[in-house]
Amino acid sequence: MNIVADTKQEFISGLTPSSIYLNQEAGIKAQETISTTKLPTTRIEAWKYTRLAKIGKINFSNEKSSLTSIANYNIDSDAFTLVFVNGHYSSELSNTDDYQGFSIKKLSDCDSSELPKSNLKIEGELFNAINTNFLNDGVLIDIPNKSIVNRTIQILHILEGNQTISNFRTIVKAGAFSKASIIQGFFSENAEKSFANNVTEAFVGENAFLTIDKVQSEDQGNFHISTEQIDQEKDSTFTINTLTLNGSLVRNNLNINVNGQNCTSNLNGAYLLKEKQHVDNHTVVDHKVPNCESNELYKGVIDDQSTAVFNGKVFVRKDAQKINAFQSNGNVLLSDNSTVNSKPELEIYADDVKCSHGSTTGQLDEEAVFYLRARGLSEKSARHLMVSAFIGDVLEKVENEAVLSFTSNILRSRFGWNID
Amino acid sequence: MYLRIQTPIERVDVVNHFQFNREGMSNYTEDELAEDLKDQEYKFGFTTDIESDKAPKGLNEDIIRFISAKKEEPKWLLDFRLNAFNVWKKMTEPEWAHVHYTKPDFQDITYYSAPKQSKKYESWDDVDPEMKETMKKLGISMEEQKRLTGTSVAVDFVMDSVSVATSFKDKLAELGIIFCSFSEAVKDHPELVRKHMGTVVPTQDNFYAALNSAVFTDGSFCYIPKGVRCPMELSTYFRINEGGTGQFERTLVVADEGSYVSYLEGCTAPQRDENQLHAAVVELVSKENAEIKYSTVQNWYPGDKDGIGGIFNFVTKRGICERNAKISWTQVETGSAVTWKYPSCILKGDNSVGEFYSVAVTNNYQQADTGTKMIHLGKNTKSTIISKGISAGKSQNSYRGLVQIHKSAQNARNFSQCDSLLMTDESGAHTFPYIECKNSSAKIEHEATTSKIGEDQIFYCLQRGISEEKAIGLIVNGYCKEVLNQLPMEFAVEAQKLLTISLEGSVG
Repeated sequence: MNIVADTKQEFISGLTPSSIYLNQEAGIKAQETISTTKLPTTRIEAWKYTRLAKIGKINFSNEKSSLTSIANYNIDSDAFTLVFVNGHYSSELSNTDDYQGFSIKKLSDCDSSELPKSNLKIEGELFNAINTNFLNDGVLIDIPNKSIVNRTIQILHILEGNQTISNFRTIVKAGAFSKASIIQGFFSENAEKSFANNVTEAFVGENAFLTIDKVQSEDQGNFHISTEQIDQEKDSTFTINTLTLNGSLVRNNLNINVNGQNCTSNLNGAYLLKEKQHVDNHTVVDHKVPNCESNELYKGVIDDQSTAVFNGKVFVRKDAQKINAFQSNGNVLLSDNSTVNSKPELEIYADDVKCSHGSTTGQLDEEAVFYLRARGLSEKSARHLMVSAFIGDVLEKVENEAVLSFTSNILRSRFGWNID
Repeated sequence: MYLRIQTPIERVDVVNHFQFNREGMSNYTEDELAEDLKDQEYKFGFTTDIESDKAPKGLNEDIIRFISAKKEEPKWLLDFRLNAFNVWKKMTEPEWAHVHYTKPDFQDITYYSAPKQSKKYESWDDVDPEMKETMKKLGISMEEQKRLTGTSVAVDFVMDSVSVATSFKDKLAELGIIFCSFSEAVKDHPELVRKHMGTVVPTQDNFYAALNSAVFTDGSFCYIPKGVRCPMELSTYFRINEGGTGQFERTLVVADEGSYVSYLEGCTAPQRDENQLHAAVVELVSKENAEIKYSTVQNWYPGDKDGIGGIFNFVTKRGICERNAKISWTQVETGSAVTWKYPSCILKGDNSVGEFYSVAVTNNYQQADTGTKMIHLGKNTKSTIISKGISAGKSQNSYRGLVQIHKSAQNARNFSQCDSLLMTDESGAHTFPYIECKNSSAKIEHEATTSKIGEDQIFYCLQRGISEEKAIGLIVNGYCKEVLNQLPMEFAVEAQKLLTISLEGSVG
């Protein structure tokens, strides 16, 4: 299997294929895809608003690095923390003291038989194929049945150095009746034109509760493309909060397969953009069975010359009756050079459902700003207050206090807002 | 001021008769009803036996030259067609729509089929009696209208792509309004046609627009001079009669500064086992302060209960608004096996307004992918989109819309609402809105819901002695009211009946 895939992509020609085999079949598919698929262009519907030419021009490599401190990135200092720099595990920076209630294993130490069957789509998905073929490392989190994990599991991904690519995969097995909360933090240090290509697969078992808080804050000049592939079994609850705070080009593909009845899926996202940032959120909720509920709320503030893209899709398959699916996307444009492209989609093949979606794009209400100013607030603070309240709708869904205060700090330092 | 024409009511009688039969049976179950309705035939599925003048099948330059020569067209128009044909040859058929069908074989279509009487009709009395009969069945009795000399609807009747007769021409001419078939307009007002044709829907716009530009055979042309308010509804009826033909008509409506016109369009076709192609282009030009209201009731043959036959309706409709102008599209789509249609507005001038009101009903194996595009270019431009989809049987009904706010469109405003109603568990309702905003002063709202008719609503009606079928009719009509209210009265009555008939037996 150590054949170098014949690639049409210059930008990954310098990489050596991974020695970690998740699954032989997936490996072959990945090689095929890499050798046959071109870098997506805006002619492809899923990439209609996102140009990848910038990524295609860079010649990426992957080096182990010598990062010494994670003080700036430690979202939750009490959490069980794993640190991966450029996709490689750093035992010095990690905090793995006395954990209980789950087992954890690096993918490089795993045998492919230990892994659950992957539902990740590789054919035609170039970045998933690259992730599979050039995997640096990954982690398997196994939460046994009936296990309640009280301590948050934190995985920090840090890019270091220029033109570095990190291909990382997180696999979460949440057993029946288990409960866990995971933070995924994405950062960069002294990095430019570096690229985090990340995949997360989660299997949420019967009656399990799983929450993922995803904080994306790579510096300007860096790229992030990630795919979350979630499978929910009956009576389970899955929540993901995607907070995009920085990064030149960020693309999130969130795919949720609801395979069992009585599931709840919550998808929340906040994206705050300035300068020339480009953030693209694609979500798919696939209701395959009856009696489920999904709630989606994505809100963004777009400033300077930045561009936000939202594409939410809800499928309700034939015979998946009694589905309640709600999808909402709100955008505030703060500058004349900012752009929003929103595409909330519904594809429904069952009749006894309640599905709705809404999308708004606008600016701050001048009358409300006036109201606040009449009460003594400066124009700047009035606007900040209003933006904070707007984004606050999403932030209040985040239950983890550490994530909230970390986010508030970034908002304060990067945007000058006060969100408390 | 409207006068109700007699004929639409004749049509309605068929419906009433049908309902009457049913009400007599107290133990009539839904299944039985569905069984009955399976056999219900498409009401307009008759063919008229009129010898027609057909071109050989196939598409090549010679056919285009043949059509052009047949229509005695000037050279510039032939060049326009040939250019379009060359553009079309390089294009591929689009596949992005949420519809599945066997692509038409473009060499197996007759591109020109005219009813044989090629001489000009000087007056209504000259029209072939059999054709008059056709029109009567369709509910456009011009005789009726001739008797009602007051204000009424002026009709241009297009059969198998060729305009047959236009009524009220003289009366309109007094006001300087030109309302005639497209080919007459090419002969009599070439400067107007040449100036505006292809300005809104350019030849290279899309596959079917290019095809239409190459082979269009006729259509309607309408020009309203400066400051004139057209006193009556202008109306075109399209009918495909001949088998194996495609209908390619072109409509051009130009409303000069400060004018107003309300334009209606109706379509029917006979029942056939084959899929016939209808690829039309409609261009509206609304100049400063002008207003165009364009209403369509589309009832092409939808195919039978097994999804065999029916019209492929691939239409490009677009209007351009200058300063302070307004274009309002209203459509009731109940027919066609496959619909692929997006009446759009380019809001070029400041303060211009675009509106789109749509009811799309699909039953059996029908598929519809319809919606609108609102392109905001000017300052303070406003657009409203109200779309109501109803899916029954095994049909698929999609709303696909684009709201695009360009950088120059200060204070642009859009409101979109797309509701879908599902009648059976085998039907599908889909929403694909595209919202693109490049201006921070714009306000865009989009909302969509999908659900079925509430059991509580039906229960409420049943409790008050209204049968289930009637209750559904009532609820559906209420659901569509916002759109139906936009239609001129005669059309609204017709549309309501059409809705009822399209949905009968679809209660799941």
